[in-house]
Formats: sequence, structure tokens, C-alpha cells
Amino acid sequence: MPSVHYARLKYLFEMESQRQIIERLRAAFQSGVTAPLQFRLTQLKSLLSLLEDNEPQILEALQKDLAKPKFEAVLSEIDMVVNDLCYTINSLPTWIQPSYVGKNLATKLDDCFVRREPLGVVLIIGAWNYPLQLILAPLIGAIAAGNCAILKPSEISRATERLLAQLIPKYLSQECFAVICGGAEETKSLLENRFDHIFYTGSQAVARSILQAAAVHLTPVTLELGGKCPCLIYGRLDMLAAAKRLVWSKFFNAGQSCVAPDYVLCTPEMREELLPAIAKALSIFYGSQPKQSEDFSRIVTDRHWDRLMALLGKTQGRVVMGGEGSKEDKYFAPTVVVDLDGSDALMQEEIFGPIMPILTIESLEQGITFINQREKPLALYVFSDESQVVNMVLERTSSGGFCSNDGIVHMTLPGLPFGGVGASGMGSYHGRWTFETFSHRRGCMLRGWGLERISMLRYPPYTESNLSWLRWATSAKKKSWGVCSVM
Amino acid sequence: MEKQAVDGARRAFNSGRSRPLQYRKQQLSALLRLIRERQAEIVSALKRDISRSEFDTPIFELIGIENDIKLAERNLADWMAPQPVKKTLLTITDDVYIKAEPLGVVLIIGAWNYPWSLTLRPLVGAIAAGNAAVVKPSEVSKSSASLLKELLPQYLDTEMYPVVTGGVPETQELLKQRFDHIFYTGNSTVGKLVMEAAARHLAPVTLELGGKSPCYIDKDCDIAVACRRITWGKFANCGQTCIAPDYILCHPNIQHRVIEEIRQTLLEFYGEDPKTSPDYGRIINQHHFDRLLALIEGCTVAVGGESDKSQCYITPTILKDVLPHARIMQEEIFGPVLPIVTAGDVNEVIRFINERPKPLALYVFSSNKKVVRRMLNETTSGGVLVNDVMVHYTINALPFGGVGNSGVGRYHGKHTFDQLSHHRACLIKSLAMERLNMARYPPMTPSRLRTSMFFLRSRSGSCDQALRAWAVVSSLLALALLISLLVVLLRDSNIAA
Repeated sequence: MPSVHYARLKYLFEMESQRQIIERLRAAFQSGVTAPLQFRLTQLKSLLSLLEDNEPQILEALQKDLAKPKFEAVLSEIDMVVNDLCYTINSLPTWIQPSYVGKNLATKLDDCFVRREPLGVVLIIGAWNYPLQLILAPLIGAIAAGNCAILKPSEISRATERLLAQLIPKYLSQECFAVICGGAEETKSLLENRFDHIFYTGSQAVARSILQAAAVHLTPVTLELGGKCPCLIYGRLDMLAAAKRLVWSKFFNAGQSCVAPDYVLCTPEMREELLPAIAKALSIFYGSQPKQSEDFSRIVTDRHWDRLMALLGKTQGRVVMGGEGSKEDKYFAPTVVVDLDGSDALMQEEIFGPIMPILTIESLEQGITFINQREKPLALYVFSDESQVVNMVLERTSSGGFCSNDGIVHMTLPGLPFGGVGASGMGSYHGRWTFETFSHRRGCMLRGWGLERISMLRYPPYTESNLSWLRWATSAKKKSWGVCSVM
Repeated sequence: MEKQAVDGARRAFNSGRSRPLQYRKQQLSALLRLIRERQAEIVSALKRDISRSEFDTPIFELIGIENDIKLAERNLADWMAPQPVKKTLLTITDDVYIKAEPLGVVLIIGAWNYPWSLTLRPLVGAIAAGNAAVVKPSEVSKSSASLLKELLPQYLDTEMYPVVTGGVPETQELLKQRFDHIFYTGNSTVGKLVMEAAARHLAPVTLELGGKSPCYIDKDCDIAVACRRITWGKFANCGQTCIAPDYILCHPNIQHRVIEEIRQTLLEFYGEDPKTSPDYGRIINQHHFDRLLALIEGCTVAVGGESDKSQCYITPTILKDVLPHARIMQEEIFGPVLPIVTAGDVNEVIRFINERPKPLALYVFSSNKKVVRRMLNETTSGGVLVNDVMVHYTINALPFGGVGNSGVGRYHGKHTFDQLSHHRACLIKSLAMERLNMARYPPMTPSRLRTSMFFLRSRSGSCDQALRAWAVVSSLLALALLISLLVVLLRDSNIAA
């Protein structure tokens, strides 16, 4: 059989099964099985068991995919999801309660409240850099909100993809949750179907086509994208402490984090202090030979490794640390590049690797202007002991999230919404925010039959006097929580 | 011309002047003055556009805008203040909060049925959130569009809030520009195009669409009052309201009573000949007039059915025994035609509603709590109102918006401010306490991992419990210290004595 014909048949077969899976989930959703609190809690607790029972297998998969050190895998993948799960399990009974809004003059006898309702069948598309966290953290909220969900893990982190495909059906209800594997073609055909929400983590280019596919069905989306997260170092500060936190957040996961500080801005004088501090931090963390260190990750695929090497080849800057790598094990040394400007190859796209460009600025004002000339980033970092520096940057810039004097950790706090703005994304999640993302906030009002005499003020035939009574009764006058217009 | 307006708005936004609280409040109070001082002109424009009664306009359009403005004026300082969130053990000395920030330049596309409310209420939120906004009123309500274009620059910062008028080509030109948020009110077909255009720039959208809002009348309810309220909601603005009850679902046994009650109410409201009533409106234009007459074709008319093309007048019309597959049941009616579809019981009603796209509003008339609960739990919709129609729209503490086909996003009151802001997560740390951080740095040792996990892991209960435990322990310690102090003092005093 010609390979083209075979490929097309395989494609059609897979498309058909995709559709069958979606229909099965939709039927399950419509049967109401995911609505009760008990069901949701049971599924969440099962997910917790999945993580507890399979920690060695998960660590092994992450090691295969990204050579992820156990330390990083536990902290940034397993524990983050476990924490979110516990937080959600504990809080869910509160979250699903209707929230009552204030009553006022005209609605004293009525009930006004907001219900959180499930959306239906949602699609969660994961990414390869934190292949467990980025697909399970959204799933927590999707389950908590009472939806059915299809998981589409990244095909690039193959071992984790296979592990999820194997474990999810064992622990979660197969009626309501499914894992669909595949690459660009399969994702494209998946997106032709109708979902009630699409949650995507990944790149801007793909995000545009996802939004366009969503527009066909008027599907709301959450996009967790990236961009170049600036790190401004300015003013009085403890350089070594700053360098340690900078190095930790930059080279964690070999720089393959959407919230890694992408590039550094500082004055030439600070740079003289910063470089040795970075060198010192690197040697404390990874020793003199990072390649031998068990705590330093690898680049995910050959293709990504090639891209980083090519970037380094194209830069006009000077490599002062690292720069070497070995393709066989996808090792790329922690690298620092200086003497480059905004038009450099390293400044055109998100680096997503262990290359740290350091650009110099003459003043804080110049730094802020530089940042504002670019797309709004997912995260923005400032290192300074001077609070007016921190405040000035905070006030004059915009970004998904902001952290001063550290990197990445703001996204580990369950109380903070994690998401981008502008080109770095739309929507947010983590903790309660994931639950809200996957819920519909339905405004509800329950009236009684009484007070019809007052209602009559609003009926035709209209009269001037009725109108003035109504206006008096319904205009916002005194300080009240919500105001009512027409009765 | 469109590009100029957008570029001007972006320049104005980049200047930073829309951010300070004072500026926002000043613009909002100017907008309030516009509505109050020019009410007479607004009322006449609406009369020309849609034959809106002068009494309907303040109630249906202006009070909503006024109340939103007053709410924002009173609370804006609070809304703009950083909102602290719960901290963890590790961030106990840090500042952790969410800060609302402006998005940038917002595009607001209004609709023709409530041209002032649907354009200005989003604008109130845009101003309150510190954005610039390009306002594009619907060209179908011509007089209102040109009046808005004339009035807004007289009260608001022209560069920051330009009004762009025009039809489809101008709107398409606008949609090619880059915005930081697009707020559209209208129908699903155009809604999809707006979302697609927004996709190009990765701009988030709010889509206030429509659909068929079902109205279920249970056997167990005060049918007379129910019908009176439904009649009011259905025929106000000549049925051209996105949340008007689109069709009725009821048991065949009460259909006749329902028709009679509505017929009676119509007489009370509009008299024998609604055409002569100053309180009854007209269809917006010929196109919609023809569309509505085509929908009535083939159905059984119980009340009304007459029309006058020269005036775009359609008398209040009720259709009975309408079949689910009739043409009128396939699209949003948006006119003074009320079909009644009969259904045997609540199960059938719920099934009927769930088989169709999620509506913007759902109305349930019933005195039976079980029925109400089932309708709330087993269906979904943008909003739901029990035992009345439309008035949930007026509680600005309730989020107003659709779900699924009926829309994306929500607004009114503070919800508009939230929708048009970016809620930025902020963590303000200091470089001190570096020893605490050491646990997370490589090289990894089992003891370091254990320490990190102790601080980061939240288990049974949240980290609150750890704090509570610490609070209890420290209280006990303090108590123990106090007791020891007392013992020592007493002993000393004893010795002294």
C-alpha cells in the first residue's frame, strides 16, 4: 500500500477516534456525572494517588525527556501539582458555594447570587518544558469546576506523554477524562471539534492558530505563552545574593522555563560586579564542570539544541562564560554573553535556553524605555534594595507577573494568578484561579410574586409620575454594595 | 481615518495621563454630566432611530450607565489598590498582592438596540480601568451614532476616547488595527469574525452575543403575574432586546390561559390599537421587518399578526403550538413575536433547553422550589431569573454575560473594570534572609530537598495550619513565660514580706 494512502487512512482513523472520544466525554458530561462535589473530590484524590504511587516512574520519565535532576523534578513538577491538588481539595467545598451579592432597596425580598457552573468538555494542551505540571495543574481546575477534559500532552516530551497516556485512564474516570497523543496534525484535527474551553501552554505562533480555531465555535481560551522576561538590576544591592537568585532562576531546567529571566539589563559598573558574582554562583551550584553536575538539565531535543547553538553563532556579542555544548547528550553549558544591543540575534526571540545576555543601560529610565518598547512579557524581574527603584519599574511597565529580588518563585504561590498579558497570553490560573477559569459565573436572581404593586410602576401606559417614582427608587444614592436600576 | 484614531488613542495612552485616579474620576463625572445634560437630545435620537418611548430610555438605558459611573466613582480608589493575597510560610516577610493595571487601547463596538447603554457602559469600565478606548457605535441606529460622535468630544478627552462612525468597511478597517482588548455586542456571526480578527494580534475579547432565551411557565405559578411580567419584557423596545424572553415553554393545558393573560395585558399596556400607543416601538429597519414577517409565516397566530410596512410596525404577536423545527425556532427572534412551544413536563423542558445552544438568559416561572432547583442545576445560561424577566440585568453586582454561543466574558459594575484590567501578580521580596533560600540551590542533597519540601509542601489543610500551629505553640510559650514571671514575682514579694 503506498505510504501516502496508508498515512491518510491512519489519519482518518485517528480523526474518527478523536471524534468518538469527544462524543463519549460530552455524553458523560450531559449525564451530569461530573457535577456532584463528591465525584470531583474523588477524581482529585485519585489524581493525588497517581502522583504518590508513581513518583519513581515520573522522575524516570522526566529524566529521559529533559535529564531533569530529581531535585528540580520534585520541586517544580510533582510538588507543585501536589500542593495545588491539596489546596483545591481543601477549598473546593467553599468555592462551589454560590456567592451572594448585596441586596438593596428594590431587591430586599429577592435572592441575587452568582453560581459557578461547569463549562462542558475542555481541551488542555500541555508543553514539553514542565510536561507534568503544565498539563496536570490546569486539569486540577477543570475537574474541580465539574468539567470533562481531554489532555493533549506535548509529543516532544515523549516519555512523559506515554506515561500520562498510561496512568490517567488507570486513575481517573475513563468516561470523563481522556488523553489524546500526537503531533501537529493530530492537534489540528482535534481543534476542528467544538470544546467549551481551550487551555493552551506554548508559543505565540501556535496560539494564533488556536485562537482562530476557537473563534469558529466561539470557544473561550486561556493562553499561557511566553516572551522575553527582562531582569533589571539597578541601584544599591547585595550583588552575590542577587546573582545566586538570578543564576538559580535562569539555569533551572537549563533555562527552559517560560518565566526564566531571559535577559539582564544593568549599568556597565554593575556589570563589572555582576559577572564575577555570576561566575561564583555557577561554580557553587554546578561545580567547575557543569556537564558533570547531576543538578544541571539538558536541552529537550536535538532541534532545540541546534537552535540555541545557531543563536550563539549569530550573536554580535562576546561570550564571557560557557558557550560550549555537546550534541550527543544535548548538553549546553551555562553561557553569558555581553556587549550586545537590542538588535542582536539573541534579542529577537525568546531564548528558552541557558544563554544569558547582559545588556548595559545608562540609567533606569533607559532600562524602562527599553522594556516598554518590547512586547509585554510573562514576568518582569527587578533586583534592587532601593524600594523606589522597584516601585518605579512596577508602575511604569506591564507584565503578566512581577517579582522583585528573586525569579520564578512568584508562580509557586497559590494565591497569585499566573498568566500573561498582551503577547504573553490571556487568562490566568493556579489555585482558585484555575477553578474560575474553567467555570461559568452565572448571575442568578430569584424573585417572588409579591410586591406586584411596585412592579406595576414599570408597566405601560407610561406616566411621568411613575417614571419619577421609579427613578427615585432605583437610582444609586446612598453608599451601597450594589445598585439596582429598574425594579 | 480609523488608523489615525487608533494611533492617536495609543499615543494618548502611552503618555500615561489616563492612569491617575484623578483623571479617571474626572472623565467619569464628565460622562455623567453628558448623560444628564443632554438627555433630551438622546431621547429624541432614540425616538428617531427606533421609536423608543421617552419613558423607556431613562429606565432601560441611562440609569444603568449612571449607576455604573456612580459605583466606579465611589469605589475606584479601592479597586485600584493592591489586593493582598494569602502568603505561605516562605513568603511571610514579603509583599504578595494582585494589582489591577490598564490594558492599553480598548475597542468598543456597540449595538443598535440600546445604542447608548451598550456603548457607554463598557466605556465606563474602560475609563475606570485606566485605558484609552476607541468607540464604534452601530451605524444602524444612525441618529444615536451621529449624536454620540458630536457629544463625546465635548465632554471627554478626545484623543483618549475617539468615536469612529461608519459601517462594515470602517469596522473591518478598525479590526485590522491592534487593540489590547475588543469588546463587542451583537450577533454570533459577527462575533466570530471579531474573535478571528482579534486572534491575529492575540487580543482578548468580550463578546456579548445573544441567542434564544427560553421562558418556562410552570403549571404551579401565579400565571397572571407571570404573563404580565413576560409581556412587559417581551414587548418593550418592540422585542429588540438581547435578553428578551424569546419563546415560551409550557404545558399544553395552560397554553390557552397564558395566551389570554398576555392578550389581556397587552390591552392594558398598549390599548386596542398598539399602533397608536406612544409606548409601543417600531422595528429598526426594513431588513429586520421583512425578516420577522418571514419567521411568522407558516405558524398559527393566536394574537396579532398585523403589520404596516410603511412604519415598520408589527403588532404584538403570539404564536401557538409552534413546532420545535419551525423556522422561528432556529434563530433569535429579536422582535415582538412570541412563540409558545408546548412541553409535557419539566424533564422535557430541560431536555429541550439543553439540546440547544446555551442562551444568554433563562427565565423560569414557578412557585415550586424543586422545579426551580432542577432548572438551576440541570441547565446553564448566561444568567437566570426566576419569576420575572430581564431585571437581573439591572443588578450591577451580578456579572452580565453569556456562555458558549451566547458570549465570552462578563461586565456591569466592577465586572467591567475587572474585564478591562490586567490583574498583575506581584511578589516584592528583599535580598535579605538568603540563608532560607539556600535550601533550594544546587548541589542537591537529600537534606536540602527535605528542607525545601517542608517549606513548600502544603498538605492536609493549607499552610494556614502550619501558621496556626505556630501561633498555638508561641501562645503557650508566652503563657508559660507569664506564669513563670508571676511565680517569680510572687516569691520575691513573699520573700520581701
